[in-house]
Amino acid sequence: MSVDLFRIDDRLIHGQVVVGWGQPLGVAFIVLVDDEVRASDWEQELYRMGVPPQVAVVFAGVDEAAGQLAAWQGDPRRGIVLTGDIAAMAALAGHANGAITDVNVGGIHYREGRKERLRYVYLTDQEADALRALAKAGITVTAQDVPTGRKVGLDELLG
Amino acid sequence: MSERLVGIVFAHADVAAAFVTAVGAIAGDDHGLIAVSNDGCDKAALTRALELAVAGRPAVVFADLPGGSCAFSAAAYARSHPNVRLVTGVNLAMLLDFAFHRDLSPADAARRALETGRNAVTTPPPGGP
Repeated sequence: MSVDLFRIDDRLIHGQVVVGWGQPLGVAFIVLVDDEVRASDWEQELYRMGVPPQVAVVFAGVDEAAGQLAAWQGDPRRGIVLTGDIAAMAALAGHANGAITDVNVGGIHYREGRKERLRYVYLTDQEADALRALAKAGITVTAQDVPTGRKVGLDELLG
Repeated sequence: MSERLVGIVFAHADVAAAFVTAVGAIAGDDHGLIAVSNDGCDKAALTRALELAVAGRPAVVFADLPGGSCAFSAAAYARSHPNVRLVTGVNLAMLLDFAFHRDLSPADAARRALETGRNAVTTPPPGGP
């Protein structure tokens, strides 16, 4: 089934990812694409502790992930690829040769300069433009925090 | 006498506030617990919220889900703050016991909470004919 979900979530691996999406999708692996976590053994150990033992966790920097994407897409198991921000997902998509068709905006929370778009999505103008660029490249961008939540299209999100 | 511990209940949505309200209803208001929700917080905001609640005091952080954002943030925080310990899988039994044992060190209080919390998770034998 390869990668079922490409998600942008600034909390990285957490309850919504592991339980909310992981359980109904039956994921066997989660790829966390984050240069900072990739460089920190103790953070990786921490995230592994929070994931059920039957779910493999892979840590990759953005460049590494770009090189591994085809292998993850060809994996017979189901998986989630997760980035902490739009820039990392955009970089990954730029190397994906069309292999990323859908991106889920799962959680980008308030910071100074960001405007509320949904309860769980706040964006600067630059971040909104980055999502538009993903869409222009042919990727379907939607916001949805949990599988039972409403899927919000990009036009409505940025409305 | 050393400073009494504070307990930070750090959990999803309204869980922390509900736990603290329940402890107050059962044990009275001198429980030393502070509720912190992860609502609307990214990683940096979670750390700030925790830092504000701890305020430099010796503390035990009670997080709900071991794989949740609260637990991850608290574990990272505790790593650089030796006077702060983390317990995950918070339940009412461990919080009630904590309220009456706040003179322990953070490490001893965390061990005690772990034991009390585990003992409270039971499955009584089925009754009936």
